[in-house]
Amino acid sequence: MQESLLFGRLTLNAFKRDAIETSVGVSILIGGIAIIALLTYYKKWKWLWSDWLTSLDHKKIGVMYLIVSALMLFKGVVDALMMRAQQVLSVGDSFGYLSSPHYQQLFTAHGTTMIFFVAMGLVFALINFIIPLQIGARDVAFPFLNSLSFWLFAAGSILIIVSLNIGNFSGAGWVAYPPLSGIEYSPGVGIDYWIWSVQISGAGTLLSGVNFLVTILKMRCPGMTLMRMPLFVWTTLVTLVLIIFAFPILTATTGMLTLDRLFGTHFFTSDFGGNPMMYVNLIWAWGHPEVYILVLPAFGIFSEIVPVFSEKRIFGYVSMVWAIVVIAFLSFIVWLHHFFTMGAGANVNAFFGFMTMIIAVPTGVKIFNWLFTMLRGKIHFTSPMLWFMGFVIIFTIGGMDGVLMAVAPVDFQVHNSLFLIAHFHSVIIGGVVFGLFAGFTYWWPKIFGYKLNDKLGEYAAFCWIFGFLLAFIPLYILGLMGATRRLDHYDPATGWFPFFAIALAGALIIFLGIGLQLYQVFTSFKNRKELLDTTGDPWNGRTLEWSTASPPPFYNFAVIPEVHERDPFWSMKHKKKQGRPHYHPIHMPKNSAVGIFIGVFSFLFGFGAIWHILWLAAVSGVGIVACVIARLFNRDTDFHVSVEKIQRIEGR
Amino acid sequence: MKESEHFPDPHHDVSANTVFGFWVYLMTDCILFATLFAAYAVLKDGTFGGPSAKEILILRDALWMTLVLAASAFTCGIASLQIAQNNVKKLAFWYGATFLLGFIFIGMVGDDFDRLIELGNGWQANAFLTSYFTLMGTHALHIAFGLLFMIVFVAQAIRWGFTPMVVRRLHCLKIFWFFSYLIWIFMFTIVYLIGAT
Amino acid sequence: MEQGTFRAYSAGFIGSLLLTLAAYFTVVGSHGPKLGIDLAVAAFAVVQAALVLYFYLDLGKESKPHWNITVFLFMVLVTVLIVAGSIWIMYHLNYNLMPKHS
Repeated sequence: MQESLLFGRLTLNAFKRDAIETSVGVSILIGGIAIIALLTYYKKWKWLWSDWLTSLDHKKIGVMYLIVSALMLFKGVVDALMMRAQQVLSVGDSFGYLSSPHYQQLFTAHGTTMIFFVAMGLVFALINFIIPLQIGARDVAFPFLNSLSFWLFAAGSILIIVSLNIGNFSGAGWVAYPPLSGIEYSPGVGIDYWIWSVQISGAGTLLSGVNFLVTILKMRCPGMTLMRMPLFVWTTLVTLVLIIFAFPILTATTGMLTLDRLFGTHFFTSDFGGNPMMYVNLIWAWGHPEVYILVLPAFGIFSEIVPVFSEKRIFGYVSMVWAIVVIAFLSFIVWLHHFFTMGAGANVNAFFGFMTMIIAVPTGVKIFNWLFTMLRGKIHFTSPMLWFMGFVIIFTIGGMDGVLMAVAPVDFQVHNSLFLIAHFHSVIIGGVVFGLFAGFTYWWPKIFGYKLNDKLGEYAAFCWIFGFLLAFIPLYILGLMGATRRLDHYDPATGWFPFFAIALAGALIIFLGIGLQLYQVFTSFKNRKELLDTTGDPWNGRTLEWSTASPPPFYNFAVIPEVHERDPFWSMKHKKKQGRPHYHPIHMPKNSAVGIFIGVFSFLFGFGAIWHILWLAAVSGVGIVACVIARLFNRDTDFHVSVEKIQRIEGR
Repeated sequence: MKESEHFPDPHHDVSANTVFGFWVYLMTDCILFATLFAAYAVLKDGTFGGPSAKEILILRDALWMTLVLAASAFTCGIASLQIAQNNVKKLAFWYGATFLLGFIFIGMVGDDFDRLIELGNGWQANAFLTSYFTLMGTHALHIAFGLLFMIVFVAQAIRWGFTPMVVRRLHCLKIFWFFSYLIWIFMFTIVYLIGAT
Repeated sequence: MEQGTFRAYSAGFIGSLLLTLAAYFTVVGSHGPKLGIDLAVAAFAVVQAALVLYFYLDLGKESKPHWNITVFLFMVLVTVLIVAGSIWIMYHLNYNLMPKHS
């Protein structure tokens, strides 16, 4: 391929996309211009910059994660609907409306977007907002690093969006197996877009992992021992441990793939001594802990919600903690179940199959504990509880067929079939997505100051639950009938068509649910005065975040709380009020734009690496290092909030 | 043990938090190297008919690299002792020695790479050489970054003296440097002493 | 933060030198079975690592709770699982699937 010094392998051809991609690109452009126009008209640029973009406040950063992830969720759902539509239209003599390469990019982008930029993003949105509040801290251990992590996440997201219109995205699946993802079989830019969006956001994730681990271990308020922490904090803590020890594997493995693609090395080539199977092995050594990174926070969210809406404390706190720890440990010794069929043989398969089955045990403990919490409680059937009940049904189905597939001979029949697809969507949607929806509904008043309209939330939950079952039970059946994943065309003689049609109907009901959620957010915002949370404790909560105003002041707590038992807020509010609080000046970090600059340089570095624009990559790389050093020479990074200001904000 | 008794002030022990956070980051770096080691272990026989590790790696060179890096860890330790003596000049001197030794180390790695490439054994030749160059190169890159931050932090010590901020950064630099040597011990052992014999 | 001492650094340095030279000369000088030499050399490495961890990195000297050691031990565990697991898995995959060279 011809490469120029100035533009690498980027040519005008890269901008010539098909009708669908072009219309998406134009819409994004129009949307972007509209936002810029609105900001200019209402003179909000300074507010945007100072109050949000350069903020090191974990609560603001959490909201920014939410916004980016919500946009990426929209993209991921559209990808899914397009695939469902294709599979209904592309039967026999008809080949649908998508070419094979485009379809391959769709399923790759769908998986990559949903896992890395929706699930991880939403999980980090909640972790950012809630964890410091729940442990009685004023911020995370490293506020600047927190901002940097977000901007790296944003840079990765933007790379994926850009891939829609400049060049194309990978078609090699969301885990990009070589040799297909190697330079010989995928010489274009697609895989490189995948690599760099994953690497850059992965670096952000790793830094967040370190940040929140130190925060939880070192910044809990006095009296909050580990066994007095809320369960959401426990699951987050364990999730962070998983992130810290799994993500470097991803970094190294995608790094090795990059070397193969850029420099002609032979880690994963099918010749010159390379071994593509090693990639599969390493990527899943990361990939399995990754899915537990996604689901454990969801478990933590349910452990918060179920007690509050059952007016009963969690059943079996200690066993819940042990279950979380055991799940995390086991998640490091099951990874081969993702490639039983690659051929490691009976002994190896047996060991990993056995370990995989064991993970169901602590998971089952948790589900029973939640149900026992509800037993003889005073149940409030709010939409978070509905999400929880949908979770119990759908996640349990997904978990059970996971145990089924842990039996290697069974897996040989259904590996890479739609049965597998249905399994992981059951656990991810039933577990992670429902957990996040429940969590956002539950914590929305704390974050934004007003409750969401619960009726609309209930309708949305029903749409999602019913729509999910309609969309994915046919996929279980299709998988057992022999339908493999990632098919863009099939023969009517297979008898698969009716099931794909039902699945599309289910997907459309889910889409309706999303529409209801969007409507819920907009109407709740419009009617927020009627839905205001004036007490800070709209649900009669049990944990410390509910002791702050909604939303909390930027320093979270005027006085750091002291804790004496689990569910500390429950006893705090039933005790007599102590005398007047005694304030001290509070030490807070100043805003910083360096995170944004590093994010921008990271995006440009990735873009340069993808398109072989050497000077751009070099300048951006140096820019990143220069930003870090500049930040290191900045000594004016924090300030003190005076007692008078605190008194004014607290209203005393 | 009542944990609340040992409980640190949640906001003021910035140094302890920073050092612990840096330690956790070093743990992630260890996993990164572990992955590269795993790849090396699997690919080291993938010579595609080319020469084996035993035939082209020179143990004596690796021994010298080890001794140079061990010495640099020692000089780094001596440098860190100057903080308690409040002696910025001596700190700069001993970090200068450390820098020199680190620079020599990188030079030796570079020489080794040159030698191999000239013999036609660059990292594109086969999987074994790919993983060898990557493992050694990643470590050398870490050393290079260590040298860069050595300049930055010693400059800050000279400029601002031993403020709490400077002291905790020098502490992070020190443990980074020690860890780089620790990783090298395993590289020397696995790649050379075991892998090339 | 923990502070080292001149004694600790000297002890660590001398130990490193001795163990490095011991390992090197074991390999260069011995003519016994490779497995024995490999195990000896590995032992030297582990001991030297322990020395560096104790004398240089002050592992074990942190006040309670010992999060440093906990995180370190977990890292070691994960490393062993990944490296040993990968070697075991890849050995079987290679045996079953890779072409046999003469």
